[in-house]
Amino acid sequence: MHPALSILVFTVTSGFGYGLMTLLILSQLLGGSPFANVNAYLIAFFVAFVLMSIGLLSSTFHLANPKNAWRAFNRFRTSWLSREGVLALLYYPIALSYVAVLWINEWQTTVAAYVLGAVCVVLGFVLTHCTAMIYASLKTIPQWHTRRVPIGFCLFFIYSGVLAYALAVVSEGGSPLSAVWIAACVLALTGLVFKLKYFTFVGEPSKTTINTATTFTEATVRLFDTGHSAENFLQKEFAYVVGPKTQALARKAVLALAFIVPLVLSALQFSRESSSLSMAIAAVLCCYVGLLLERWLFFIEAKHVVRRFYGEQY
Amino acid sequence: MKLGLLIDLDTCVGCHGCATACKQWNTSGTIGPLSDSNPYGKDPDGAWLNRIRTYEVGDAPDSKTVHFPMSCLHCENADCVTVCPTGASYKREEDGIVLVDQDKCMGCNLCAWACPYGARELDHDQGVMKKCTLCVDRIYDQNLPEEERQPACVLTCPTSSRLFGDFDDPESEVSIKSRQRGGRDLMPELGYEPTNKYLPPREKATVEMFALDSTEDGFSLKSWVNKMIAR
Repeated sequence: MHPALSILVFTVTSGFGYGLMTLLILSQLLGGSPFANVNAYLIAFFVAFVLMSIGLLSSTFHLANPKNAWRAFNRFRTSWLSREGVLALLYYPIALSYVAVLWINEWQTTVAAYVLGAVCVVLGFVLTHCTAMIYASLKTIPQWHTRRVPIGFCLFFIYSGVLAYALAVVSEGGSPLSAVWIAACVLALTGLVFKLKYFTFVGEPSKTTINTATTFTEATVRLFDTGHSAENFLQKEFAYVVGPKTQALARKAVLALAFIVPLVLSALQFSRESSSLSMAIAAVLCCYVGLLLERWLFFIEAKHVVRRFYGEQY
Repeated sequence: MKLGLLIDLDTCVGCHGCATACKQWNTSGTIGPLSDSNPYGKDPDGAWLNRIRTYEVGDAPDSKTVHFPMSCLHCENADCVTVCPTGASYKREEDGIVLVDQDKCMGCNLCAWACPYGARELDHDQGVMKKCTLCVDRIYDQNLPEEERQPACVLTCPTSSRLFGDFDDPESEVSIKSRQRGGRDLMPELGYEPTNKYLPPREKATVEMFALDSTEDGFSLKSWVNKMIAR
């Protein structure tokens, strides 16, 4: 699949935003804010809103006809893309009213704050699930049509949220609870194992072959001619490939940048007396680049079945 | 009604007449224009609703060249319609034709991703999705003589490899022929239940192959010339 940069930026950046928001709410509701002052907490919220919004805006850049984007809220009963749009829009007023309720009650966690916060946390997961289901619902792409995709999206969004939250706390001179570093390590390790297993999964042959595509299931079928002299839309969109060396290198880079480096850094932070800001920044940056690369690879390794008509055997 | 095409893989000669007639009709039809980019340059590209690929099926001497025309198959379970967030893609209840409302499409490409048959192509100039309409602006046109109320690809096909009709009517020509010759679905395992059916090539006698005279060890003028040129 052709990886559109705007989609990569959108899913990863908004993932950081929703993840940070979720962690900010959870930490407030579960054990009070570890932030030095109210302003620091508000700044973190603002950053989360900005990340979410950058992501959502960037998602419209891949539309060929963005003037009709407002219509995308129309078909939420059938379309996962529509559901994602509706929930993304719904997220803003709920998250804002959560902050407002905290503000009005002078940062005491009232019942209203608990309810709104809980709704926001659940909505974050449901929204990420909807985003993932846009891909996972496509029967045409065996590498995407699996439960692994929504599980992975939810895992990575909360993982990036934990790292971003840790950075937010450290940047205000505070030290996150050791539970945060433990969570970061556990999630990084889970992500690593998950991704390794996914890499094996995408190599499995699909049941849709050039034979089922052309109806000749009892003979060998080879493409003789595509019928046109230059690449068409279908080939550019669905048969976008990189060399095996690039792919192997990208896989290693994903594992290292997105999971191993943040894992080591978080483990070091856990063992230190006070958290280091530069290490927290490095962890977030590595994770961001790593997850962008992960999303890129997610597209590269997705083999749309239209490729069977262009000669791919299985 | 369940309107669709019956395509005969036995008689198609791969002339691309259907694709050309389709482009000609539809570029000025309800979903037109079908934009081209760089049409006379090195890498011509453009939106086509019909594409013909050619395959080599089987191994020599029992191999056959098969020309394979494909357009929208107007599936019963059209995922391209369910994934559409704007409601631009729809399947008509009355005749099963899958269409794109050009005024509502936002060009997100998701329907093209959801189609296993490559039937949808984005028109980059207009930013909207284009696909086969089964010439909906032709087949119901009362101003045309009745025999011309058929899709452009069907009318133009010189070998009559494309038939248009109602698959819901068991006595229609397409239903009868599909029954008689075992009309097949493409990628049936995906469960899209396409309306268009493909008729397999008829059995033909195997072509007799004669072994070539080989002069493996002896001297031949040809091998000598080849050697001299290679040097």
